[in-house]
Amino acid sequence: MLFDLIPFSFLVTIVTIGIVFGAVLTAVGYSTLLERKVSAWVQDRVGPNRTGFDLGQPWLSFLKGFFGLGQPLADGVKFLLKEDVVPGHVDRVFYFLAPMIAVGTALLAMAVVSFGDTPVAPVLHSSSEGGLKAQRMFPATKTELAAMKNGTNIQEVRDGAKSYESLTTIKFAIAPNVDIGFLFVFAVGGLAVYGIVLGGWSSNNKYSLLGSLRSSAQVISYEIPMGLSVLGVLVMVGSLNLERIVDWQARHGWLVAYQPLACLLFLISIFAECNRLPFDLPECEQELVGGYHTEYSSMKFALFFLGEYTHMITTSFLMAALFLGGWNLPFVTDALKAVPEGFPDFGYLICCAVKAAIFCGKMGFIIGLFMVVRWTILRFKFNQLMSLAWKAMMPLGVLSLVGVAASRQFIEPDYAKLIFQFLWSFASLLLVGVASLMLPGEPQRVPVNLLRGRAPSASSSPELSAKAW
Amino acid sequence: MPAIAEKNVRWVKHPKLSLAEQIYLPTIAQGMVTTISHLVKTLTGTNSIQTQQYPEQKPSLPPHYRGVHRLNRDEQGRVKCVSCYMCSTACPANCIDIVAAPSPWPDREKYPELFVIDELRCIYCGMCEQACPVDAIELTTIFDLTGMSREDMMFDKEKLLSVFDQTVAMGTDPVRTKGGRLSVAAEPAGSGLTTSSSAQS
Ligand code: SF4
Ligand code: SF4
Repeated sequence: MLFDLIPFSFLVTIVTIGIVFGAVLTAVGYSTLLERKVSAWVQDRVGPNRTGFDLGQPWLSFLKGFFGLGQPLADGVKFLLKEDVVPGHVDRVFYFLAPMIAVGTALLAMAVVSFGDTPVAPVLHSSSEGGLKAQRMFPATKTELAAMKNGTNIQEVRDGAKSYESLTTIKFAIAPNVDIGFLFVFAVGGLAVYGIVLGGWSSNNKYSLLGSLRSSAQVISYEIPMGLSVLGVLVMVGSLNLERIVDWQARHGWLVAYQPLACLLFLISIFAECNRLPFDLPECEQELVGGYHTEYSSMKFALFFLGEYTHMITTSFLMAALFLGGWNLPFVTDALKAVPEGFPDFGYLICCAVKAAIFCGKMGFIIGLFMVVRWTILRFKFNQLMSLAWKAMMPLGVLSLVGVAASRQFIEPDYAKLIFQFLWSFASLLLVGVASLMLPGEPQRVPVNLLRGRAPSASSSPELSAKAW
Repeated sequence: MPAIAEKNVRWVKHPKLSLAEQIYLPTIAQGMVTTISHLVKTLTGTNSIQTQQYPEQKPSLPPHYRGVHRLNRDEQGRVKCVSCYMCSTACPANCIDIVAAPSPWPDREKYPELFVIDELRCIYCGMCEQACPVDAIELTTIFDLTGMSREDMMFDKEKLLSVFDQTVAMGTDPVRTKGGRLSVAAEPAGSGLTTSSSAQS
């Protein structure tokens, strides 16, 4: 039978992809609604409150205007039905490719991000784990993990599994236990800038091009502090594997406590990576019309939008996994430890639901932070953006890494590490703050018409240099 | 010759930042407090939301708002217009069409047999209102004008008179006329300040 030829794990993966895809797209839709609602609330307005579902049932009539819950659907339908204008002057190949890259890379990064309790692969070649045999595959479910601990080959378990009865645990990520973990997210996330750059370049429009150039400069600059901040995690945990990082935090406490500075840097960097205010220079409406997506309309524009919000969701999940302990919540998840694992058990399902809810709650918290910060901080000027990245965040990243390495190497009990890290982070912030106060400020600007017919530079003109502070 | 004389140039210094401002974080925290307090206040309903729930709740517009036109009636309910073509001459959008006819009433020479305003072409500038010597045409506060076709939006004399009736009934008269009582310019000669032109009032 043909069905027998398809491995069951493959089917499970396909279903997982379907579920994740649907969930992410729904989350994107509703985060656009939340964005509009939060903007309204912050500005003392009401926000969208009319679009709802009219199901024809009198007892469901409250859904008609309930919080504008139909808005994302209506937006989607509108985008689909709008005329798709392709200007005559664009480079058609890249013009069509750009939104696909933007949304494709954002969704691809979602592959390794888990949103619930995923099994942690035991360390291979390690005698402390009871001398596990090295295997070519990593366990994707807890069943496979158990089999691995028994010394069975995972491949055999997978081949043997041909029906849903063999599926005893929920798989919470499309590709769990990827050993390059968050490196994969960064690599794919770094590709996302190609969508923006190609979109701006192929539009053959100066505003689009300026927007995309800004974007590339910004993403390149902010990837460095971002990398430095997660290096601390790598030093502390010793693995890039997201499941293992979450597991480490379950045992030792959240990494935000161990490396507050790195967490802060990471947070700022993901704001920049997602082109969110205060770093939304690539699409600042006041100067660049719409930035890189000026020439896009209809569904292509919606794809850019989708990519941007998916990126937000992915990075929020990543932040939750890296620094906020993933599905851990003190006391709550400790209480769940006693629940036996396995499908038929009802308690297990509850347990999974709670853990996934905690994870998604943390993600939601960061998304909420994104939105509140949007209405708090003004957009940076481009020079401020660059000097923040290179003069403040880079040194801070290095300092934080040094602190993490020192605490990992020389300081033994966990609580001492906490205290040391707290003091170190505070001192580093102060140090960089004082240093940047002493740096020379922006050069004095001299109106061109004052320079006409005078000495060639402002500094060599005695009157002007006397005036320049 | 520089465009700006040097003595007129005032140099503005960047304010010196304190350490807390240079680190950004304390000031950002301050800003977040403001933002979140607004958010919380809106959610708990303790601040006054200015949003009007439009179709249910109509805005109260000032009487000098320039919306849909109306043609005023005089005390006897006749159309006030004397077909002088002042408004259509003044109209920058050329959207007023008048066909004059000899008046059936003894107190004026002409009256409009047809009076059509294309509300889609109109730019609501109010020039017609200013030009009219007898305050016969006015712009009302009705702003939510809709129609199913272009023909619907050609307002003829009857329609414009019905706008008058409607606004008088609603009590939302424009500035110049109150409750259908016309202003000085339209009053019978000799009753007082007839010399002052309506354009100045
Ligand atoms: S408001 Fe202006 S454009 Fe409209 S009819 Fe009067 S004069 Fe013409
Ligand atoms: S200016 Fe007044 S009186 Fe003259 S035609 Fe227009 S509405 Fe009638």
